[in-house]
Amino acid sequence: MARITMREAISRALWEEMERDPDVFIMGEEVGVWGGSYAVTKGFYDHFGEKRVRDTPISESTIIGAAIGAALTGLRPVAELMTINFAFSAMDHIVNQAAKLHYMFGGQMTLPLVIRTVGGGGRQLGATHSQTPDAVFAHFPGLKVVAPGTAEDAKGLLKSAIRSNDPIFFIEHATLYQVRGEVPDGDYTIPIGKSKVHREGKDVTIVTYSKMLETSTKAAEQLAATGIEAEIIDLRTLRPLDMEPVLASFRKTNRAVIVEEGWRSFGVGSEIASRIYEEAFDYVDAPIQRVAQKEVPLPYNRTLEQLALPQVEDVIQAVKEVL
Amino acid sequence: MEKEEYLDLYHQMVLIRRIEEAAALLYQEGKIGGFLHLYIGQEAVSTGLISARLPQDRVITAYRDHGVAINCGVSADMVMAELLGKVTGTSHGKGGSMHMADVHKNFWGGHAIVGAHLPIAAGLALGDQYKGRNGVTICMFGDGATNIGYFHEALNLSKVWNLPVLWVCENNQYGMGTAVDRASAVSEIRQKAEGYCIPNERVDGMDIIKVRQAAERLLADIRSGKGPYFLEVETYRFSGHSMGDPERYRKQDEVKRWEENDPIGIYDHYLTSNKIAEEAELDQIDQKVAAEVQASIQFAETSPEPEPADLYKHVYFDK
Ligand SMILES: Cc1ncc(C[n+]2csc(CCOP(=O)(O)OP(=O)(O)O)c2C)c(N)n1
Ligand SMILES: [Mg+2]
Repeated sequence: MARITMREAISRALWEEMERDPDVFIMGEEVGVWGGSYAVTKGFYDHFGEKRVRDTPISESTIIGAAIGAALTGLRPVAELMTINFAFSAMDHIVNQAAKLHYMFGGQMTLPLVIRTVGGGGRQLGATHSQTPDAVFAHFPGLKVVAPGTAEDAKGLLKSAIRSNDPIFFIEHATLYQVRGEVPDGDYTIPIGKSKVHREGKDVTIVTYSKMLETSTKAAEQLAATGIEAEIIDLRTLRPLDMEPVLASFRKTNRAVIVEEGWRSFGVGSEIASRIYEEAFDYVDAPIQRVAQKEVPLPYNRTLEQLALPQVEDVIQAVKEVL
Repeated sequence: MEKEEYLDLYHQMVLIRRIEEAAALLYQEGKIGGFLHLYIGQEAVSTGLISARLPQDRVITAYRDHGVAINCGVSADMVMAELLGKVTGTSHGKGGSMHMADVHKNFWGGHAIVGAHLPIAAGLALGDQYKGRNGVTICMFGDGATNIGYFHEALNLSKVWNLPVLWVCENNQYGMGTAVDRASAVSEIRQKAEGYCIPNERVDGMDIIKVRQAAERLLADIRSGKGPYFLEVETYRFSGHSMGDPERYRKQDEVKRWEENDPIGIYDHYLTSNKIAEEAELDQIDQKVAAEVQASIQFAETSPEPEPADLYKHVYFDK
């Protein structure tokens, strides 16, 4: 075990997979000479060379389109979109191509493709650079959407993603890169499509993922000090969604709060809540609460920005609502 | 070319023509659903082009893809079965007219978002370049597709990375109902390649021999490592954009003028006047094709529908 940052964990996953398989390569804006806009691929260009660490023009559609084509030939591209906000320029290739080709051609095309990108607000970057539109990407059958909340998960999930034969949209959170966590040494993988009990408790179930895992954990710690034991389920993968740990926890606590950074309407919380109502209605003791971003484009001003983003107090408040 | 190959190309062109005519009838009978875009009038383009490829060369095209599938060696049976949505079709009935493919024949589809397959083509070529294989990717698209951003991104990247791609614009004068000069700032589409320093030329797409010769030369150049090339092929679709096109955007005498340049007629004349084949031999091929098309309809109609359980098959590869 070593205590490293999420950035290092992701970087190591990439490095180890590239060492392991010569068909794995990286492409994207500023991934090479610059070393990655978030320094995740620092040192890669010098070590692996320009063939495997490919700087691209600012052509989001073509970054994803060309990665799809390369994947169809059997390579394992890790295509990086500088931030998730720019993924909208590549939406056609993500949604109409990556998510469809395997199915639409009757299984004859396979796409061992990873799209790595960075989302999240809280850095005063204004409305165009601060979004958490994870739920949008989770809408499409054919795509898998992974969003880790810890360094250990980030490394293990990214390795699984690179070894997978399906297109995977891998969302990192910009404000988690610096966060440290215990990470096992050497090679290990974590299965895609498995939620996990992150913290045990008996009074209320908090369902969350990515950055909000941190926020929810802080809330749970404060609640514990007042004698309320919250159980936290980390979704880790949004599609395919693993509801088992959520439902098992809910059948025990009968109360749930869902915490996400994205907007509330049509979001992750809406999906989880309706799944609980559909599949565990008899266990419901209180209306399920959702904590999410306020329904505004995220403002630049620090105070306003924090007002719009879900905070620890919001989670505590929501837990009190359901108890 | 040997005589056998000349006749094979004739066979392919006539087979495409007759499949398309049969498809139009089946569409009217309600047996084919969705959109149906016919390749009638453009047969010389893909037949000439693809006949010049080596087995390692990949082909990718837009939704006007039945003929391209035939040229890549997909059977008439499988094309027809896909049109009828049958499990025996190229895409097991899940793709339809616009989404045929057979990766074992290096035919990579059938793509229905205009221009979106150009970046994918760049990636296919990248795959070959990365692995040191000497295949070329032949990417076909319409004149209309040269106005979408993907086209420009993909051409640019292909040059920056020196990718082995032959970009082939099938300029059939219209994108749906919009004439080229009403949508494109340059009248000769090949000029767009200039902006990316990609060598380019224009060829008469009604004459299969000219297309074939250009393709042979360019594929050899690209294979030798010279990077991408852009070929504009001038052609015309004799039918509407898709079934049910009211064709208000063009005059009947314009269509007639082009029909006088029927690519099959031109090739027929070429073969007989150069004494490569007798008219009787060509008639024989025509008859063979008629039987083949009948058999493909029979095959498609008697093929099973997909099972309800197939609905959930192939959403993902990994279990
Ligand atoms: C991105 C996108 N926009 C619009 C359409 C609708 N559409 C289908 S075909 C077509 C015309 C394309 O013309 P061209 O590229 O010249 O090909 P042609 O049909 O002439 O073979 C349009 C606008 C589409 N399929 N995709
Ligand atoms: Mg056209």
